[in-house]
Order: sequence, then C-alpha cells, then structure tokens
Amino acid sequence: MTRAGGWLLAAGALTLPLWLQSPYHLHVAIMAGIFGVLAMSLNLLLGYTGQLSLGHAAFFGIGAYTSALLTLKLDWSFWPALAVAVALAALAGFFIGRLALKLRGAYFVLVTISFAGVISLVSINWIELTNGPLGLPGVPAPALGPWSFRTKTAYYYLVLAACGLSYLVCRRLVMSRIGRALVALRENEPLAESVGVDVTHYLVLAAVVSAAMAGLGGSLYAHYTRFVSPEVFLFTYTVTMVIMVVAGGKGTLAGPVVGATLFTVLPEALRAAASWQWQMLAYGVLLVLLVFFLPRGIVPWLARVMAGSQAPAEPDSPTIRR
Amino acid sequence: MAELLQHLLNGLVLGGTYALLGIGLTLIFGLMNVVNFAHGEFYTLGAYVSFAALALAGIDFFAALVVAIVAGAALGWICEVLLLRPLRSESIDTTMLVMIGVWIAMQNAELLGWGGVAKSIPHPFPTAPLVLGPVAIAPLRLFVLVLAAALIAAAWLLTQKTKLGRAMRATFQDRDTAALMGVGIGRIHAATFAFGSGLAAAAGALLGPIFLVYPSMGDLASLKAFSVVILGGLGNLPGATLGGLLLGIAEELGAGYISSGYRDAVGFVIIILVLLLRPSGLFARQERIA
Repeated sequence: MTRAGGWLLAAGALTLPLWLQSPYHLHVAIMAGIFGVLAMSLNLLLGYTGQLSLGHAAFFGIGAYTSALLTLKLDWSFWPALAVAVALAALAGFFIGRLALKLRGAYFVLVTISFAGVISLVSINWIELTNGPLGLPGVPAPALGPWSFRTKTAYYYLVLAACGLSYLVCRRLVMSRIGRALVALRENEPLAESVGVDVTHYLVLAAVVSAAMAGLGGSLYAHYTRFVSPEVFLFTYTVTMVIMVVAGGKGTLAGPVVGATLFTVLPEALRAAASWQWQMLAYGVLLVLLVFFLPRGIVPWLARVMAGSQAPAEPDSPTIRR
Repeated sequence: MAELLQHLLNGLVLGGTYALLGIGLTLIFGLMNVVNFAHGEFYTLGAYVSFAALALAGIDFFAALVVAIVAGAALGWICEVLLLRPLRSESIDTTMLVMIGVWIAMQNAELLGWGGVAKSIPHPFPTAPLVLGPVAIAPLRLFVLVLAAALIAAAWLLTQKTKLGRAMRATFQDRDTAALMGVGIGRIHAATFAFGSGLAAAAGALLGPIFLVYPSMGDLASLKAFSVVILGGLGNLPGATLGGLLLGIAEELGAGYISSGYRDAVGFVIIILVLLLRPSGLFARQERIA
C-alpha cells in the first residue's frame, strides 16, 4: 500500500464519527475495530509462523473475563483491569507456546482447540467465580479522568487507538529481525535452525504477543457490550477470525484489517436478507472457495492488480510459493 | 464395586462408538494426510439421516441404519472427489482449511434444514434394562455395543484381508511406490474417505437414539475422534479401537467420580497430555497402519 493511501485511510478512520450519523453504523465500526485487533493477533501466528490456532477464542475470552471480573468483583478501574487482562492472556499464550512448541500443523491446532475447550468448560462450571452460563452483566464502561467512554463515539476512538497500537506492534515486530526469523521458520524450519534461529524462543514470542493482543480485544469487547458469558468462547469467534485473516491475506500487515472490516460490514449489510445461520453457511463455502481461487487473500491480489502486469506483487514479507 | 462395574460397562458402550469414529478418522488422517475437521459432521449426518428415514419416511430402524451409513459414505466420496482430489499436491494446512470450511458449511446447513431443536430417534428395543448380576444394561445399549464391535471387526477384515485393504496399507506406507506398483491412488483415497465417513455416520446413527440429535453434536464427536486417533497413534487401527474404549471408560469414570460437568474435558486433557508426553500414541512404537 502506498504511503498516501495509508494517510488517507488513517484520516478517514479518524474522522469516521463525523461521517456516520447513525449509532448503528458506529456500532458496526467499533465491532470491526475489535475484530481487527483479533484478526491481527491471529495473523501473527497463522500468517507469520504458519501455525494455525483454533483456540484463539480462549485468549479473547480470558481477556474478557479477567477484565470483567476485576472491575465487577474488585471494583478496579478499567485501565489496570485491561493491563491485567492482557497480561493474563499473554501468560496463557506463553503456557500454550511452551507446551505446544514441539508440535506443528494439525497437532498444534488440536492442542489449541483442546485448550479452548477446557477453558470454556471451566467458565461454564466454575459458577462461584463466573456465574456459569448466566454470565456477568453490568460490566462498567471505561472512563479516563472526567471522560467516560460510555458514548459510541468515545468508544470508537478507544477501539481505534487499540487497533492502531496493535498494527504498530505487528509492523514493528514483522519488519524487524524477529519477523524475518518467523518467516524463515515458516518457510524452512531446519534451514532456519541451521543458521542459528532459535525456534523455541521465536515461536513462544509470537504466541505471547498474539495472545496478548487477543486479550486486549477481549477486554475491549467486554467493556463495550457490558456483558460477558461463556459465549465469548464460542467457536464462531475463532472461525470468524480465521476467515478474516485468510480472506484478507495471511502474512500481510494490511490483510487482517481489510478482512476484519469486510467481514464485519458485509454480514451487517446482508443481515436483513439472511439470518446468521445463512451467514455461517456462506462463511464455510467461502473458506473453501478462497482456498481454491484466492489462496493468498485479497490484499496480495489487489496489490498485484494495482501494480499492473509489469511488476510482481510485493508482499510485506518474503514469501515462497510452496 | 457394582458401581464401578456399571461405569465400566457404560464406558464400553460409549467407547465402542468412539472407536468407530476414531477408526474412520485415523484411516483418513494416516492414509491421505488430511486433517478431517468435518469428520464429526458425517457423524451428525448419520444421525439426521437415520432420524429422517425413521420418522419421516417411516422405514425400519435397522434399514434406517443402513441408509445412514450409505448416505455418509456417498457424501464422503463426493467430498473427496470434488474438494480433496484437486488439492492432493497441496500442503496439509491447505486441505485442513478446506475441511474446516466443509465443517462450518455442513453444520449450518443442518441447522437451517432441521432447526436448532434437538430431535430424538425412536427405537424398537424394550426400555426395561437387562440385569446381568451386579450390572444393568438397556437392550438398546447392548445392541449398540454389539454392532460397534461388528463394524470394527469388518473394518479390520477390510484392511487386512481384502485386495482393497492391501492397496490401502501400501498407500499408507509409501504413496509413490504404491502408485508405481499399479495402485490407483485416486480410487484408494476416495474409498478411504467414503469408508471413514460411513463409519462416522454409523456412529451417529447408533448414538442418536441414546442421546439427542442436534446440529452441533458433531463438534464434540470430532474432538473425541481426534483424541482417539492421538491416543492410538496415526493410522493405527487396533490403537484407535483401544483408544476409543479407553476414552469412553475414562469419560464415564471422570463423570461418575469427579464431576459430570467436566465429562467432556477428559478428551481435551487426553489430547494435550498425550501429544506432549507420547506424540506417537500409547500403543505404537512408530506410526503405522492396521
């Protein structure tokens, strides 16, 4: 993406509440932002290390529950609760990264699914802490000094800031030595190892940062909807994240953001025409079609179209077609 | 003691169907190198087809079971030919994404077609339990156990005694060499996927009358099948059988003596522990088939 285009997009995002009058449209924008954070988080693992986590809803849920419980039961304010939520999710990411670092591909997927399954069962069964399937209502809206983020416009800017921060963290990580090491591991692990890339170190690092970002998304979600229940662990959330990343373009910086925007706005636009079951059915079919017809995603495809035929697509990281 | 025996017996019934699920998945995983996340959806399909045949078409319970197995195998065949065959040279991650897509699409198609309300499959067996010394078992559960055992034996005979089975084992050992020896890999893959899906559908049709039938029932079935495969080792048929029985018994004991709320956690914990401590499964020195 060109620099001018980037600034234009940033300007558009910053002034969005001026353009969108309806609170409903702003709500869609907020959800797109939260899912943007989640998709970027998943992309760090799926796109850059090549490991698919189907347990990302667990980190999201841990963030949501931690933040909600600290503000509800201990009367903490939002900011320290957010920090602890992110830290706990990161800790879970560290735990999973350390445990699963010997496993690749399908086995990694299974460990992450199982982890999410266990956490979800705990949230349903540990009724004294989580209130079980009834969930925790009345999660307070965040405030900063005299300002409250109770209004949609204010919350939009909070989410936008989180989105920007996540993007910068990803960019900083990917463009650095760490990002190159991750891509090297994804493309050829034995070769990367032979030139001195510490596999364990980098995979765990990616898992920790990814989980922390998912925890951030969870906390933002909890304080926006003001309600947390075991539904935050629903597989639907993980599937949505996967679709966003794969459709947008895994292993690109802009891909998850594009995917998240598209797959939040599109279903809302189609809501009148189709129920959510139809949407999920369409997601499944779409995932299959994407693998067949657009395996690298929208962003690399757009880059190729815009560059015309004279220049090959330039992804954000070196990719080798397998 | 009587309580323990009762738990063991219940675990055996459950474990028999888990073994059916696991055998199908372990063949597909081991032979085709496809992580079939849609496996549980064939289980759901079996249950719904059996329900439709019984309640709507009004045919016999046993005929409905056969219809369910045939439907599962046929859809499995179509799935392999349409979706997996063109991607055979792609990486395992690519086919995994496709199967995740199939999983989501099938589950929501079922939700749309049947609605979210759970259905129960009627069965012709008397409900009074048979009392065998210290334990009791419902005739339906006994039938499920016997039929599961028969299907497992059939699967074993198929892989060991038939020409198709020999070709399957050869493909598992070395796909390229098998192809050079004249084994039609495309046909073997389609047959394996159809066979595995048929077994999953059988498990669904068998457990349907015991539990309830609902669209998301396949999710847990998939995970249980994966725990069985991981317990038994990739492509290991006796391993999958033992793994299935072990998982069924472990779940019953967990639900009976620890907490019924955490029954389904047993499978998850098994996946995590076995993968971390003994990734090639409990029963095999190395990965193998049958």
